[in-house]
Amino acid sequence: MKKKTPLMQRDGTRSVLASLLSIIIGMAAGAVVVLLVGLFNKSMSLKTAWEGIRIIFLGIISTGRNAAGALTFGFNPVNFGNMLFRATPLILTGLSVAVAYKTGLFNIGAPGQYLAGTAATLFIALEIPSSVVPAWLIWILAFLGGMAAGALWGAIPGMMKALLNINEVLACIMTNWISANLVTWAFDVSNLKNTVENTKTAYIYKTSFNGVQTPKMFLDKIFPGSQVNGGILIAIALAILMYIIFTKTTFGYELKACGANRHAAKYAGIKDKRSIVLSMAIAGAMSGAAGALYYLAGNTEFYWSTYQSLPATGFNGIPVALLAVCNPIAVIFTGMFMSMLDIAGLQLTNLTAYNEYITDVIISVIVYLSAFSLVIKLWLGGRTKKTGDGPDANAETGPAPAVGAAAGKEAQK
Amino acid sequence: MSFLIRQTLIYAVPLMIVALAGVFAERSGIINLALEGIMIFGAFIGVLFVRLVQQWGWFDAAKQMDNWVALQGFVLLTMAVSAVLGAVFSLLLAFAAINLKADQTIGGTALNLMAPALVLFLIRLIANQNTLQMATGDAASWFMIKKTMFGFDKKAKLGFLASTFLDKVYITTYVCILVFIVLSIILYKTRFGLRLRSCGENPQAADSLGINVVKMRYAGVTISGALAGMGGFVYALTTANCASTGDVAGFGFLALAVMIFGNWKPLNIAGAALLFGLFKCIAAAYASIDINGDGVFLLANIGLNANFYRLLPYLITLIVLAFTSKSSRAPKAEGIPYDKGQR
Repeated sequence: MKKKTPLMQRDGTRSVLASLLSIIIGMAAGAVVVLLVGLFNKSMSLKTAWEGIRIIFLGIISTGRNAAGALTFGFNPVNFGNMLFRATPLILTGLSVAVAYKTGLFNIGAPGQYLAGTAATLFIALEIPSSVVPAWLIWILAFLGGMAAGALWGAIPGMMKALLNINEVLACIMTNWISANLVTWAFDVSNLKNTVENTKTAYIYKTSFNGVQTPKMFLDKIFPGSQVNGGILIAIALAILMYIIFTKTTFGYELKACGANRHAAKYAGIKDKRSIVLSMAIAGAMSGAAGALYYLAGNTEFYWSTYQSLPATGFNGIPVALLAVCNPIAVIFTGMFMSMLDIAGLQLTNLTAYNEYITDVIISVIVYLSAFSLVIKLWLGGRTKKTGDGPDANAETGPAPAVGAAAGKEAQK
Repeated sequence: MSFLIRQTLIYAVPLMIVALAGVFAERSGIINLALEGIMIFGAFIGVLFVRLVQQWGWFDAAKQMDNWVALQGFVLLTMAVSAVLGAVFSLLLAFAAINLKADQTIGGTALNLMAPALVLFLIRLIANQNTLQMATGDAASWFMIKKTMFGFDKKAKLGFLASTFLDKVYITTYVCILVFIVLSIILYKTRFGLRLRSCGENPQAADSLGINVVKMRYAGVTISGALAGMGGFVYALTTANCASTGDVAGFGFLALAVMIFGNWKPLNIAGAALLFGLFKCIAAAYASIDINGDGVFLLANIGLNANFYRLLPYLITLIVLAFTSKSSRAPKAEGIPYDKGQR
């Protein structure tokens, strides 16, 4: 008797519900912080707190203030376009973390790989004269160069993990800072520092200075006035590619097997060391592509003196991936959600007395909740069990999140 | 030379105390990846406390009377305050990891994201900029111990030892060393320490002997949080001029590396911290290091780029880990949520 599992009892449904619940709790936590500040800060009132809360939830459709000073809402093409533009690197760093996580590795090195990709892209895009080589060719070279640099930078902790059994979290953190210093060093001695617009210090030329930029692909017609370009389509295509690799190919299966149990995979004849290095290299390539697409847009500038800080886009790949339960297709949506929060944060800074860091608080709460998503999923399973009739409701939730714990343990051995 | 030693100690001491924080958590079986976040939080709390008390004006009076006992006592009080709140913050990790059996790596990462976000959100509201500073004066003029406090004349020439360890130093350095020694003894020579360590090696066996694993792991994480919070304030006071920017420049992660390099043993950690402190010190002040006092700045004269010295600590960490990872021995049960059913 073949009967389809009811929708509410499928593992996928429950994962989606757990993620939605995490999002709601995270945003509620942000609202509570805003409310507390509104209550206890003398210079703010309950009215500003209410405005702040509305923007946290509805920032994406905010259209500013009307003449009377009240907040107005409605379709805002600039916000939507910018959301897509900012989602591009987030989707890619999210993919980066997700790919590594499927192989049982926690890729906290996305910021370093992102920087490596950025540096390679900018050097290629700005150093090759567009008077000699056609701009579209430079664009392709720069994009591929960025991915290659990211892949190389990701492969280093991968190799240390595979060959020397060094905790990949630690190796990634160290390579992050080494990357930040190397990139600063490289630009410091380069001749790419923006000296034309000398109102700004420590910025690199935009790639449009050399005539190289990502084509808009008519997206600017749909969202006039925003920064959106074809990069978002490339990011979505890469996400679909990752999905195909992991669900339809032997190679993807080998990577997943390594993540589930490295020793069992080895016993089954899978080259575990090769899988780990390749997985980290792919993860690095995704982060590198994130940096490449963000700075090839032509309207973004790179602050090169970055040795004291790591790009937040890299770290935000972690919540994007976790919220998507490491499913490459879901990463597209969670990446857009994160950039929507970003836009809401900017609206908060522009329109109210609060500031954009509240969105980081919301993101961190979401990550915190996803750490024990198993408990949430079990709880959701228990709820549906009361109303429905699934004897196997608890059985299938068991093994999925064990990967992370096992990986953590493996890492320390 | 005494400048070099003083500076090295300034960097080594926060590393050492935060690495010990990591030891307490991991020896009880919980991976504390959140050290960086807790440090950031502790630094913020400490600076905020200093700022508030300054605004109340109590210590301007003490400063005016040159009552340095009160000022130093105030530093100790601030250390205690950041330690307590660091411990409270770390309870978030303990709750997720122990009660909810969460993935500890992700839980720690969440705290690492939360601390700078929360801290910057509040700093922006309090100070209307991205840095929270002291209300008046700077850290050195308020809290540094100088030779004049011991009755020496300003121009008096001190011996090597006295000029290294008594002039232009912070009391936090010595308090941290003392705390480090006391806690190391507790970890190895008391019943509590033995029980704590047993929970990191084989919690099932420990439980069967009547040790409360949950309680011990809470104790481990809480002590860890207190030490990391205190270390965060010490870092802010001694290297960042008592300012909080939602950032401790990766010191928490460096401390984790020191802990692994030190093989989870206090004595080795102290040595490793000194080594890293030396490299950090070279990175920060290589241009003004005059090793033998003949007025020749050796490292500056080599002509290497400043970025080379800045990436040196991280590079050395990687290389050292590559060579020591074979002999490294982590607590056996760390990272695994305690499950009574596996007994």
